[in-house]
Amino acid sequence: MLKIDEKLCIGCGVCEENCAFGAITVVDDLARVNDKCTLCGNCVDNCEVGALFIEEGEVVPKTDLAAYSGVWVYAEFRQGKIAPVVLELLGAGRGLADERGVKLSAVLLGHNLGDSARELIAQGCDEVLQIDNPALADFTDEPYANVLSTLIKQRRPEIVLAGATAIGRSFIPQVATVVGAGLTADCTELAIDEDGSLLQTRPAFGGNIMATIVCPDTRPQMATVRPMVMKALPPDPHRRGVVEDLKAEQFNLTSRVRVLSSVIAEPDKIRLAEADIVVAGGRGLESAKGFALLNELAEVMGGSVAASRAAVDAGWIDYPYQVGQTGKTVAPKLYICCGISGAIQHLVGMQSSETIIAINRDAAAPIFNVATYGIVADLFEILPLLIDELKGAK
Amino acid sequence: MKIIICLKQVPDTRNVRLDPKTNTMSREGVESIMNPYDRHALEEGVSLAAQYGGTVTALSMGPPQAAEMLKEAIACGADQGVLISDRAFAGADTLATTYTLANAVLALGAADLIICGKQAIDGDTAQVGPGLARRLDLAYASCISKIHEVRNDCLLARRMMDDGYDELEITLPALLTVVREINEPRIPSLKGKMNARKAVIKTFNAADIGADTALLGLAGSPTRVARVFAPEVRGERAMLEGTVIEQVKELAAKLEAII
Repeated sequence: MLKIDEKLCIGCGVCEENCAFGAITVVDDLARVNDKCTLCGNCVDNCEVGALFIEEGEVVPKTDLAAYSGVWVYAEFRQGKIAPVVLELLGAGRGLADERGVKLSAVLLGHNLGDSARELIAQGCDEVLQIDNPALADFTDEPYANVLSTLIKQRRPEIVLAGATAIGRSFIPQVATVVGAGLTADCTELAIDEDGSLLQTRPAFGGNIMATIVCPDTRPQMATVRPMVMKALPPDPHRRGVVEDLKAEQFNLTSRVRVLSSVIAEPDKIRLAEADIVVAGGRGLESAKGFALLNELAEVMGGSVAASRAAVDAGWIDYPYQVGQTGKTVAPKLYICCGISGAIQHLVGMQSSETIIAINRDAAAPIFNVATYGIVADLFEILPLLIDELKGAK
Repeated sequence: MKIIICLKQVPDTRNVRLDPKTNTMSREGVESIMNPYDRHALEEGVSLAAQYGGTVTALSMGPPQAAEMLKEAIACGADQGVLISDRAFAGADTLATTYTLANAVLALGAADLIICGKQAIDGDTAQVGPGLARRLDLAYASCISKIHEVRNDCLLARRMMDDGYDELEITLPALLTVVREINEPRIPSLKGKMNARKAVIKTFNAADIGADTALLGLAGSPTRVARVFAPEVRGERAMLEGTVIEQVKELAAKLEAII
């Protein structure tokens, strides 16, 4: 429960201003907390006189932290391929494992896995635990969650990472529930603190604030990580590691969900996440016709088209092209925003781009806070000239 | 068919801003709303009940004022609203939240179908739906964008994936989370509004749902928030000035250097 030391409180109101939930009001120069409090701790951090504190009731029974060792990466495998985020996780996981002085393992589940385990070892792990079984050919939550949670209980890793993909975000919470672990979703930064715990940083409140989460008393520490944020290591085909084939019989592989068919979207729609150049449009394009201009620019530059949520909601372009909190995350070499104001929900999907160029009529648009180069102008004037200029250069 | 919809009252994060100068959160104009994804869950439940027969219970864990949101759910077609509210729930992360909700669902006598929004816009974790399904040992699928048909013992639905979609057969009872694409939520009807005005929201506390207090709220939560801060502003930035022609020339030169 949030407590207020009435002797220390000076009624300055900083806590009231900082509370996102409207849980604190200052009455008669004293802060008062109401039922809206979620114990997020933001007020405690911001109180300049140390008058606020969170009193913990009964604490979760302490786990024997030392009994848990090793970093695991869930190696998502779909449509015959390892998901690109897995390589990024192995890059990040290698760093964490080295800092902790422990092994980095990959857990690979699926059917017809082929040489995938070798690929994982080349990308930095010491060990691959794999199950190749027809019951795992299609992704359904139940058997995947059963296998991973059983393995965690048997082998006790201290950290378990997975990609924040459709699959990872679906079944990893089930695993955390079964093993009673803390799970942080959509992390953008991972680090080890001085006591050896995992610091998990993620956007919260639609990306308006960043929060660092820890699990001080429980293991494993589990996190899903946003794709395109961590860096993969260069593959080393000579790297040595152990591949362990696990017996499927020891796991419950039954599923109450059956995949009848899978439809893969048109390749050009998927290309967005991997494109080097992305040309994105927002509300400022004013219509579907505006996107025709954007398409032309993308074509001249050899890039892919994308959109902000405002443009998708307006029906000017389809959802698969949406970048941002509720769409795709991209990190191309070059991201050109045309008529995008730069709401934080859009920024979280593209701010890791190497170079960002923004064209917007409104000089106060927040997009200019992240743009490497900004132009305050009418995009309908700029874009045709730019297209001609680029064509002329070819 | 007995349907339960899980709803969360959230601050409207579209208006939450952290002032980069003072590092304080501005709440100007921030109101509490029904989580937008949950609105689609509610709509799906109400339309399934209309099509196949059944009842819809709107369930929420939250502070007393969340009762207002449950009334809104009734106005949008839910048959009843149930609020579980207790100071002991405060500080719950998703693990403690699913424990609490699971106890509440059992107290309500289970359900054939539970629908949740894909995620809540304040936390964006997308963890409560799958965690709750596991605690209740229900068949589960996330990010459902269409329910084609409900049969006696199963339903047919489409699941959004990163690279396309899957068509699924899901055994009942089940828990699904839904995405916005699934439907267009209705506006409360006059009759709905009248029902909402008359409705009494049932409220349960921790003891009513037989919950172990050690597993609730902050005590039952393995995660702790260590630090909250404003997102970083990017370093190198420049504005291109001059006439439109000059701006275009300079931009084209920059682009050619990059490509």
